[in-house]
Formats: sequence, C-alpha cells, structure tokens
Amino acid sequence: MTTAAPERSGAARETRREARPRGAGDPLERALLPVLPALAPLFPDGALRRGSTVAVDGSAALLIAVLAGPSLAGSWCAVLGVPTLGLVAAAGAGVAVDRLALVPAPGPAWPSVTAALLDAVDLVVVAPGARVRAGDARRLAARARQRGSVLVPYGVPAGGWEGADLRLSVAEAQWSGLGAGWGHLRARQVLLHSDGRGSAARPRRAQVWLPAAGGRVEPAAAVVPIPVRRAPAGQPPGRRPPPGELL
Amino acid sequence: MARRTVVLWCPDWPVISAAGAAGLSPTAPIAVIWANRVVSCSAAARAEGVRRGLRRREAQGRCPDLVVLRHDPIRDARAFEPVLAAVEELAPGVEAIRPGLCAVAARGPARYFGGDRAVAARLVQQVTASTRVTSRVGVADGRFAAGLAARQAEIVPRGGSRAFLAPFPVNTLELSELTDLLRRLGLRTLGDFAGLPPRDVLARFGPDGARAHRLARGQDEVPLAARVPAPELAVQVEFDPPVDRVDTAAFAARALAEQVHAGLIRRGLACTRLAIEAQTEHGEQLTRLWRHEGVLTPAAIADRVRWQLDGWLTRAATGEAERPTAGIMLLRLVPDEVIRHSGLQLGLWGGLGDAGERAGRAMARVQGMLGGDAVLTAVLGGGRDPDEQVRLVPWGDERVPARPADQPWPGQVPAPAPATVLADPVPVEVLAADGGPVGVTGRYAVTAEPARFAAPGRPATALLAWAGPWPVDERWWDPAAARRRARFQLLGADGTAWLVALEAGRWWAEGVYD
Repeated sequence: MTTAAPERSGAARETRREARPRGAGDPLERALLPVLPALAPLFPDGALRRGSTVAVDGSAALLIAVLAGPSLAGSWCAVLGVPTLGLVAAAGAGVAVDRLALVPAPGPAWPSVTAALLDAVDLVVVAPGARVRAGDARRLAARARQRGSVLVPYGVPAGGWEGADLRLSVAEAQWSGLGAGWGHLRARQVLLHSDGRGSAARPRRAQVWLPAAGGRVEPAAAVVPIPVRRAPAGQPPGRRPPPGELL
Repeated sequence: MARRTVVLWCPDWPVISAAGAAGLSPTAPIAVIWANRVVSCSAAARAEGVRRGLRRREAQGRCPDLVVLRHDPIRDARAFEPVLAAVEELAPGVEAIRPGLCAVAARGPARYFGGDRAVAARLVQQVTASTRVTSRVGVADGRFAAGLAARQAEIVPRGGSRAFLAPFPVNTLELSELTDLLRRLGLRTLGDFAGLPPRDVLARFGPDGARAHRLARGQDEVPLAARVPAPELAVQVEFDPPVDRVDTAAFAARALAEQVHAGLIRRGLACTRLAIEAQTEHGEQLTRLWRHEGVLTPAAIADRVRWQLDGWLTRAATGEAERPTAGIMLLRLVPDEVIRHSGLQLGLWGGLGDAGERAGRAMARVQGMLGGDAVLTAVLGGGRDPDEQVRLVPWGDERVPARPADQPWPGQVPAPAPATVLADPVPVEVLAADGGPVGVTGRYAVTAEPARFAAPGRPATALLAWAGPWPVDERWWDPAAARRRARFQLLGADGTAWLVALEAGRWWAEGVYD
C-alpha cells in the first residue's frame, strides 16, 4: 500500500496538515479517499488526497472511474452540470447511484452550489458551462482544502482551472469487440496520463481497461487482446415487417 | 396501565380510495398493486382467491375480471382526511396512525355516550353517514390491542388486553426480523412471547424487542416515562406570501422535518406522536395528530406532513369538508409525545448514517437555492435504451424505478453501457463509401455498409468498424406510442465510439462511448 509513503515535499506536507478532516482517527488514513486499484498508479499517494483538486479531461468514462473508488468505499458524491452522465455505465463501474447526487443544471450560481456541496460530501464533480474565473477556481479549491473533500473540475480545457493539484486525461484508446458489421463494443484499453504540481509533478501513466468487458474498470498489465465471438449481424426481428418497407 | 383506546379501521382502505379515484364501486373485484405485488384487494377479489403479496399475473389468473389499480399512499391519505374529520366531530383528539386507521382516547367519549359499545356504534354510524365509508371499531386497553380488536369489531373488557392478544401469531407485531427469530425459538403466539421476563427480553433483543414485548403484554407502546416535550422542540415556518399549493408547502415541510428531528436527536429523544398545525391567512387553525408505531424519522415526518397538507388543501375536491378559505401562512410541527431514544446511536467514529445525514442537509440547502427539482438522484430500472433504464427523481422523494428491472428487455444494448447518454438525441449523418445515404430495409438489412460519420460540431470521420442493425420494435400495437428503430454501434477512425439509431429515415446519436 502506498498510503504510508513518506512525504518529501514541504509544500505537500503543509497541504496535508490543512487537509486533515474534522474528527480523529489515523490522520494518514483519514486524509485519503480510496480509488479503484486500476487508477492507483496515477496518484502520488495511490489514492485521492482529501482537500485536493483533481481535474479530469473530457472522458466521461474516466470521470466515472474516478467516482467509483470513493463511492464503492461508502462516500457520498455529487455531480454538477453533467446532464449526459451515463448512469447505467456508472453503476456498472461500481458507483453507488443511491449515494450520488446530480445537479444537471446548476446555472450561473454554480460556484455557491459547489461550495455548499463541498461542505457535506466527499467528492464533488463540477462541469462549469462557461469560462471559469480564476478567483472562483481559487476559492473553491480553498474550500475543498478546508473541508477535506475532493473537488473534480470536469471537461475544463487545460489551463482553464487554475490551481488543480492533479490532471487526469486519456492519452490513447483502443476499442475491441467491434468488427465490420459484426460483434459489439466489449472493452477499451486506454493509456491514462496524469501530471500536476508538487509531489505529482512527475507525469505518471497507467494502462487500464476502461471499461473492461462487463463494464468494470480493471488494470491492463500487458496488451492482451480479448477474444471476440463472431456474432451474426443483427438480431432476429420479433415481428417481421412487410418486405421492402424502409425504416 | 395502558390507556383505553378506540381504534377505527376502514378495511381495504387502499382499495376504497383507489376505487373512489377511478370512479369504480369498491364492491367490484379490485386489487391495488405496488411493485408487482398485491397490496390490498376488495372482498369480491378475495372471494376469488386473490391475496395480499400475490404477483399481479397470478392474481389476474385467479380472478380474470380483476381491475388492477396503482397504489398511491398520498391519495390514500388525502381520501382519509374526511373520515378523520367525521371522527373528530364526535371525539376530539383523533390520531391518524396511517391512512385507513385512526385512534382516539376512549375515556371522554365513553363517558359522554354511555359506554364503549355506544361509542363504537356512534362512530361507525357517523363515518358512514358523512363519508359513505364502511368502518369497524374496536375498543381495548392500549392502541395495539384496540387495532387488532377493530379488525374483529370487538370490545375487549377492561384489563383483558393481554388475554385477548395471547392467541395472535407473533407476526402481527410487523417486525419481520424479530418475529422470524421468535418463531425459530418456538414462540409462535403473542402469549408465548409475553410470558418471557421483560428483563431478559431487553437483554437479548434490545430496545426494539423490549418495545414489542410491551405490546404483546397488552401495555401501551409508549412507556410510562413518556414525557411532555419541552416547547422549544416545536418548529415552525412562516410563508410570505401564503401558500396554497401542496408541493410548495411540502417542500418547506421537508426542511422543517429535518429541523424538528435534529432538535430531538440533540436531546436523545425520539418522537412517537406529532402534531401538525397550520394557520391560514384568515386566521383558521388546522391541527392534526399523527401517531407512528415506531419512531418518526425525518422522512416519515416529511411524508406525514405532506399527506396532511394534501388532505387540507384538496378538501374542496371531496366536497365533504370545507377547504380553508385562504392559503397557509404558518406551519408548525410539535412533537407531542416523545420517548428516550435508546435504539439509535451514532457510530463512535461517525458512521455512514452521519455522512448521509450531512449530505442530505447539503442537498436540502441546494434545493433551497435552485428549487426542489434541481437536485436529483438516479434510480436504475429496466429498459431497452441506456436512457430508459434511468429514472431521475428529486432528492428526498421515493426511489422507485420507472420500469421493472427483473423482466427481460429484448433488444437491450449489450454492456458496457455508453458513458455519455444523450437524453435528447442529436441528429447525425451516416454515409456509405460512395457518399450516399445508408438505410435499413424492412427485413433489417443495411442498404449499404456505413463508411463515414458526421456529428454536429465535429469533423466528419471514416468508420473503422460498425455493428447492427439491432431492431427495436416497441409497442407496435399502440399507434400513438409505437416506435421502430434500428440501432448501430459505430467506431470512428478518430477513436470515438457511438451508439446511433435510425428512426423514420433519420439518424440520431443516442450515446457516446467516451
């Protein structure tokens, strides 16, 4: 487990002290939120550090994978401004949808809504529709640090969110299972990339099945093509329409 | 000594209220269904072998003319309000226990009308005369015994509750976990259970078990230590302007319920009876007591307040009782009877319940900022599209899926589901290698292989792979709701993967595997 890894950077130690959440317990354990094992190599602590800001680039599947770790461990999460989030895919990856609050249209008041949620839930995803003012980004990051929750700006272009501790993105992706007229999308192997500030300054990479066959997120150790069953194109129609009729 | 109590029971209340709303006679064979199970059925249906807990299909099999209606607790509560009003005309201080069941203290009315039997007769008569609802009345020491007596329309003599309860099976306690255990221990009737020494019951089964034991012994469920609550436990909210819409008032009620519950928890108390009071702009005072068998949770309090407000504000529709002449200006919740709450302790390290409560408070705050429908939670059910399988309900509402998940959904898109679901599909273009359109014949064969794909706001891309068509032919028997589509999965050369559908000659993107 990497959670006990000694902290070298003074700035990071500072952050951690501030990030210590209310309540007692082992401070190191309490200061981290678990992530899925497949994503652990991307994080300097092997887990999400409470109080940090982790930006996720435009991949919804990656966002779901980030949500799944804390959610599986019992945390409450909230997603603001993502009306298109695929909740069936989220549930398949392990997100507990009954502990997931959705605010599809937070409107122009999104900074105060985000702040209110940071006070109460462990992980808040926010996708601001418009350009983000540097002051808002700074204030929200400070709020997260103070309350010990994790702020996840989603879909903000690089440099659009000032002061993110870590930035996750999809570098390469390869789908398998789909052929020319046969099969279906079964699994996708992606190369994930993370970089950031402080202890996260060194870029990290991870090979991940996002999703693996069945919808979960799993580490991909080596490039192993998964076997594909050749299926006949289409399914037999229930009621046969008259021939020649076009859809 | 348990208090002498009169309980009025309207048999099959969900059927009566549902039949009333649907304009049917309650004597017809009717079953009220919730989550595919029969919740309640009319006497005619029961005669054909329909029972509570049956699956819908099986109930229809036993009784082919069965009319199936949906269960709606809010409607039940609303329809019960005139009955409560009728009881209140004879005996003040009526407590609603749940829609279809209410209790009133026997002492005053029995003295006034000359005995328990006279009270029972007068109540039945009064309720029938003013609301045309058949009811049964039972009188006994303690509300639990009186409730069971009402089912048999019986008057249990003073001090006879314990003997009356003894032959009933333990599952009348309606605590499935406890009664399972008791049955396995060989304690099948309330009499067997009541025979155990109270001290041992408390040690072995905890506070819930001790409470059930008191019930089985014919003692009142509220211990003798029930106290008159301190006035500061009451909370109120003023409306300016006054509200006359149920949803607006119910929304405020939810926050109020949280507040009253937080106040109780801080003092280590729980509420077993709650008074809901409202004042209208014209100075009318409305009050109703709600009793809960266990302890009232914030959600249970909010439900009851909502039912009650619905009852008051929609009285006009029923015509039996007069509606308040103006909107509600002040809503007040008063914990009327409280007990020391030993059953629930927060975890030493702040358990999940603590986090959940904290999250719930924040959601309520955001709902206050943006409106009740702005904070949603998803309920997964069945369906053919990734979009259909999700139902979004406002935070704090009941989590019920739109379509049952345990049924086969032929034509469902195979897992994994798209990570982005476009609830409003986007028009796209799918072209063949020669630039011509791609269509699907009536036998679900493609007219040309898809080779290029263009979505709005993105450069057109060549297709690496595709699969389909997967036909969906929904509700073809209903011309208004019928839909015929053919779905495809497309994989672009730029690495994007799409779920698209062809419907009525047009291509739509329904999801993105991004």
